[in-house]
Amino acid sequence: MPAFEVIVWYNVAAGVVLASLMVIHLKDLFKAALFLALTFLTVVGLFILLRAEFLAVVQLLIYVGAISILVIFAVMLTRDVHEGNPFNRLRMPAMTVSSLLLATIVYAVASANWTKLPELTSGSAIHKVFGDTTANLGTVLLNDYALAIEISAVLLVSAIIGAIVLVKER
Amino acid sequence: MISESAAWAIFFLPIASFLIIGLVVRPFFNRFSKISAYLAILAIGGSLVLSSYALKSVLGHEEAIGWAAHEWFSLGGGEAFTFSIGIYMDSLTAIMLVVATSVSLMVQIYSMGYMKDDAGYARYFAIMSLFTASMIGLVMARNIVQLFVFWELVGVCSYLLIGFWYQRPSAAAAAKKAFIVTRIGDFGLLLAILYFFFNQDTFAAAGLNSLEIPDIHQAAVMGLIGTVALAWLAGGIFAGAIGKSAQVPLHTWLPDAMEGPTPVSALIHAATMVAAGVFLVARFFPVFSPDPHAGMTAAMTLVALVGGITAFGAATIGLVMHDIKRVLAYSTISQLGFMMLALGVGAYDAAIFHLFTHAFFKALLFLGSGSVNHAAGTFDMRYMGGLRKHMPWTYVTFLLGSLSLAGFPFFAGWWSKDEILAHAFNQGGVGLVVYGLGIVAAFMTAFYIFRVVHLTFHGEFRGGVEKKIADASAGVVRDGAVVTITADEESKRGEHVHLGESPVTMVLPMALLAVAAVVAGFIANPPFDLGVIQAHWFSHNLVMAQEPLLHFEEKAAGIEVGLATVASIVALAGILLSYWIYQAKGISTDRIAGAFPGLYRLLYRKYYIDELYEGGLVNRVFYRGLAFFAAGFDSRFVDGIVNMFGWTSRNLGRAMAQAQTGQVQVYGLGLSAGIILIVAAFIVWG
Amino acid sequence: MPGLEHYLVLSGIVFCIGLYGALSKRNMITVLMSVELMFTGVTIAAVSMSRYIAPAVVLANPNDTGIILNSVLTGQAFALFIITVAAAEVAVGLAIVIAAYRIRKSVDVTELSEMRY
Repeated sequence: MPAFEVIVWYNVAAGVVLASLMVIHLKDLFKAALFLALTFLTVVGLFILLRAEFLAVVQLLIYVGAISILVIFAVMLTRDVHEGNPFNRLRMPAMTVSSLLLATIVYAVASANWTKLPELTSGSAIHKVFGDTTANLGTVLLNDYALAIEISAVLLVSAIIGAIVLVKER
Repeated sequence: MISESAAWAIFFLPIASFLIIGLVVRPFFNRFSKISAYLAILAIGGSLVLSSYALKSVLGHEEAIGWAAHEWFSLGGGEAFTFSIGIYMDSLTAIMLVVATSVSLMVQIYSMGYMKDDAGYARYFAIMSLFTASMIGLVMARNIVQLFVFWELVGVCSYLLIGFWYQRPSAAAAAKKAFIVTRIGDFGLLLAILYFFFNQDTFAAAGLNSLEIPDIHQAAVMGLIGTVALAWLAGGIFAGAIGKSAQVPLHTWLPDAMEGPTPVSALIHAATMVAAGVFLVARFFPVFSPDPHAGMTAAMTLVALVGGITAFGAATIGLVMHDIKRVLAYSTISQLGFMMLALGVGAYDAAIFHLFTHAFFKALLFLGSGSVNHAAGTFDMRYMGGLRKHMPWTYVTFLLGSLSLAGFPFFAGWWSKDEILAHAFNQGGVGLVVYGLGIVAAFMTAFYIFRVVHLTFHGEFRGGVEKKIADASAGVVRDGAVVTITADEESKRGEHVHLGESPVTMVLPMALLAVAAVVAGFIANPPFDLGVIQAHWFSHNLVMAQEPLLHFEEKAAGIEVGLATVASIVALAGILLSYWIYQAKGISTDRIAGAFPGLYRLLYRKYYIDELYEGGLVNRVFYRGLAFFAAGFDSRFVDGIVNMFGWTSRNLGRAMAQAQTGQVQVYGLGLSAGIILIVAAFIVWG
Repeated sequence: MPGLEHYLVLSGIVFCIGLYGALSKRNMITVLMSVELMFTGVTIAAVSMSRYIAPAVVLANPNDTGIILNSVLTGQAFALFIITVAAAEVAVGLAIVIAAYRIRKSVDVTELSEMRY
């Protein structure tokens, strides 16, 4: 069983990396957008492996269902889709900086002294918490993060209004 | 016994008068500016009464009245260093108070007439009050810092009063000169104060406060200060006195100070400004002479020689001046030289005695010259003459003052001057040198003051200001130079000379001062008991005030008859010589001048000292040397630094602006690189 | 068994790919997509932290469900808010792309440089 989980994890991780690389690599914007959707989809798998079922569903709905579609619409609305997806002059510096950043991240992750949760032995309190994350997350959000929820509602409304104002024909 | 609050009142009365005139009368009631004169006179009168009471209180006491000092503020924690203010009331202070307030009172009464109709009437009396108050504060000061504050305040007031008619460029220049030249001397005093300030620990170890004047006396006598340091200290204090008391080589401001109103000259010359220098040396006398038995110290020798040279040199210049006030000015310098000379040979009491008598007759002479000017319109003696008939009161009082100055037997000046000369003679050594200078100076004094009397009051009237203006317009050459008119004379253009006696407000103070000029010497220091008045009470009290610091042998207790006779003969000879030359016309002055043309020019140009300072020191050293260098330094180096900063930031900004390309991705790249650098720094050094 | 480090390295890889794209692409839409990738990387990190990291409170009270609930699920709550913000961002961002394209007939980021000195 653990072996199976390991195989799944590596497959999903490879999928995430390859899909996101394709987003950058592909010349055709439309295909790039589709690979973005694929990236989001593989991330859903990651979330399930992380026992975050609710987040997985949210990811599926919002990213794969809404944002990817929105991006594809935008790609199709801008006419120079076929001009491709060229690099600017900063390609090599950007590559260097990104690799260096990755190196520092890996170094930091490897050298940090993490205090980890105990394993999820069945019946323990921790097991109970991760047993039903959807309900538990709801409790937490509406108790501790009630104000943040309200604020994100305001944020979304203003984002919608902003988007309408920006796109509106004068 | 005077109470401390009464003593403070001596100081605060004129201060109150100054404030009321300056803040109320002048801004709001300038139409009734006469009030200011009454206010000032009332305040000074009150001060005089209280001063006399203070003098009576301190007489017969060995030490100063023991009022405690009031703490002003203190510095430091545990071993706090305290600045205090307080009154140091001994005989010296009391005598100075009486001199300052009485002369000031006379001068202010006189000013009511002299300054009549002047636009700055209220301002004049305000500053006069402040001037007197500063002098009172100076002589009463217990703390050396307190003393220095009033010392400078005296300087400021003299600046304001010499430049009273500031519209005249010459008056403004003279005021500036007086202020700057005295500042040079003040620097020495400041250094001396700094010495005390930095050596507070030494004093504190002996339980003394290095800024308290009585403590300084004690420290000097105890030998707390090394001999060499003491000599330098005395030199610094004496430098301050040289500036204020117009001793050689800083005497040049005093003759120019004649640009102020004449009563101001009287006050400056008699009781306030120049007396401050002599007072300063007297106040710190133990610093100059820590052990009275040890003879003259180096500092005292310096004081004596400077005093002697000043007394002699100024008298020689006084011989040839045409301006009556300038003659009197050089006379003042000369007499101040006598006082310094006395201090130098250790005759502390004689110096103050001479200061005392001199204050009265010199004030009188100045007031007399003002009265003469009131009639003739000029101070130039070549255009006076014969005023005896027109202004008898002025003539009589002026004559009495002259006799006193000349040292005519039994006049005030005779007593004090002979005492000085006797002390100098008895001192021996350097004392003999300065005695020689002094006796010659005394002869010249008698000569030049009677030259003034003859030229001014005797003979025929020579036209006054009208004639002088006419001569100047015609370009007449007299005594080797074209006649030029002063700003004061210029203001009288178009007026007619009206010969006549001055108003009573001017004559009354002159008459009172004349009485003092005759009897002050005898009353103050009689050689034998006069019933109520004890013999030599003045000297006794002064010397006693320094007890147990000073034990002068009473060598000159009775003026030694031989020396007194010599001095009297010398004075009489001077008077007779001037009578022979100017009255009997025994010999023409032109012939004398012609016989020694170089000497005459040297004296007439005042030894070229003004030219030396102006051309050599100020122009060459300061202006072309120092100021030129400083200007170059400022414009090249200082401005260069400032400009460099401006240039750098401008060009740096220009270069940095290139980075702002408008390409958001470039910014993002920089941002990421920055994050990496920060993380890297944490990894390496964290 | 993949642990915390695996997830964090993965999230770093995704984030850096997104960064590379955001910095080096001309097309505005690609840049936006790259930014979305960066968001995703951060979300993965947050959720994996929530799953594996033990706050001190939890270690002190291993049996108190309430405390564990509140502290352990913080990461997931954050991930939720990140998703919300990302959604808002992409809506506004794409609106800007459309508006810019309408005005300039181009979606090239390098041409939008009016804000230079």
